[in-house]
Amino acid sequence: MTEKYRNITSKLSPALALALLVGVWAAVCGFGAIPASMLPSPGAVGAALVKEFPVLMRHAKTTLAEAFAGLGLGVALAFLFASLMDRFRILYQAAYPLLVITQTIPTIAVAPLLVLWMGYGMQPKIALVVLTTFFPITVALLDGYKSVDPDEISLLRSMGAGNLQVFRYIKFPASLTHFFSGLKISASYAIVGAVIAEWLGGFDGLGVYMTKVKKAYAFDKMFAVILLIVVISLLLMLLVTLLRKILMPWERRKF
Amino acid sequence: MNTSAVERSLTVEGVTKSFGGDPVISDITVHLNRGELVCLLGQSGAGKTTLFNVISGLYQPDAGRVLLGDENVTGTPGKISYMLQKDLLLPYMTVLDNAALPLVIKGVKKSEARERAWAEFEKFGLEGCQKKYPSQLSGGMRQRAALLRTYLSAAGVALLDEPFSALDTLTKSAMHKWYLGVMREIELSTLFITHDIDEAILLSDRIYIMGGKPGRITNEIVIDAPKPRPADFNLTEEFLQYKRKIVSML
Repeated sequence: MTEKYRNITSKLSPALALALLVGVWAAVCGFGAIPASMLPSPGAVGAALVKEFPVLMRHAKTTLAEAFAGLGLGVALAFLFASLMDRFRILYQAAYPLLVITQTIPTIAVAPLLVLWMGYGMQPKIALVVLTTFFPITVALLDGYKSVDPDEISLLRSMGAGNLQVFRYIKFPASLTHFFSGLKISASYAIVGAVIAEWLGGFDGLGVYMTKVKKAYAFDKMFAVILLIVVISLLLMLLVTLLRKILMPWERRKF
Repeated sequence: MNTSAVERSLTVEGVTKSFGGDPVISDITVHLNRGELVCLLGQSGAGKTTLFNVISGLYQPDAGRVLLGDENVTGTPGKISYMLQKDLLLPYMTVLDNAALPLVIKGVKKSEARERAWAEFEKFGLEGCQKKYPSQLSGGMRQRAALLRTYLSAAGVALLDEPFSALDTLTKSAMHKWYLGVMREIELSTLFITHDIDEAILLSDRIYIMGGKPGRITNEIVIDAPKPRPADFNLTEEFLQYKRKIVSML
């Protein structure tokens, strides 16, 4: 009972805070404190969202396709690199500082280059998503591999296990917790990365839509698309959490 | 005991090991007869765990050799089962999969490994725990599961590094009784490390005392009392005599 009660209250307070915020927003618009041309009311945003829904969905499909392709590639590359860096110490020493440096380069600065190199299709968007998602997952995996108790490795070695078996039965499962934390961050980065790349040119996608409505000063549609991006990011993070629950059944059954 | 029928399970001859020029154990010679329970007793830092790492094949010794029966297994892991200080049950596997792991590592098919492991659960007092995760077991049960896994690693000889040290006194004495029983049933020869003199006298057929720097075998004591020993064995004069003798040697 108390558990359930606590659960309800813990969800109630953020919901109230959100409702309050929207209420203040609606009041500000309703009293005309800020002209509707600058800040559309929540109602207007909602109306725009409904009206533009089919168009938004078409664009969202492209953005999601880019985000998933980029995230998938990013995860695959991160697994490959992290595993190799874990296996070969020299590779870790050589590549890790470089990886950190690449993270200090702002995404927005690389995006135009990618567009110049790869054109206006999906490729530069996917490439940017790979660049933004690769790092957090690689670091998470490396941390996960290093979190393994060396005695567990000794135990497996004493059973006669080779490197691959140590990886499969110890390092890989031990890194999953870290991996999913990294994936959760990367999932939201993936959407943002795809949108940023789309700003700089393209035919489809939420970022392309955003630049179009910006040029038309259609604030209500601008807000609608931002709202949609937030919802999509949240859904992706939820998907990661679900995946984690399915793939890590031992976390659920503590007692 | 001293008949010619006694079969050697394990022979360790003149094992020396140093790390970075710093000798940790020097010229260690010990043996284990079939069905025997022999204890290594000594202060921390005497190199007991290093010796176990050599016997299990994890370390290659600088000198000396390890024989399992007549087979030279020096520096060859996977031949002698080894239970490290912690139970080290992997949290992301069920107890059944944990127990079956050594078989899977040796290349037994997963379904067959599970079947073979399942069959041993009752013997180890773990019936009904197969599908649980290690975090759902109590300390004593975890230790049993770890022993079951050790047993399935390689039948014959087991190395146990302070297997019962993390348990509370009551659980510990229950585990002693249980272990002696199960050991006889599965015909296991055991070499084990402990700091606990009482535990050593209660369980062992023989005790090796280790000490010095680098660690050496300084004494060997035969505990000549019938097994299983009565519950109040540690209150007898005989027990106290052994204890006095050991304390004077340490």
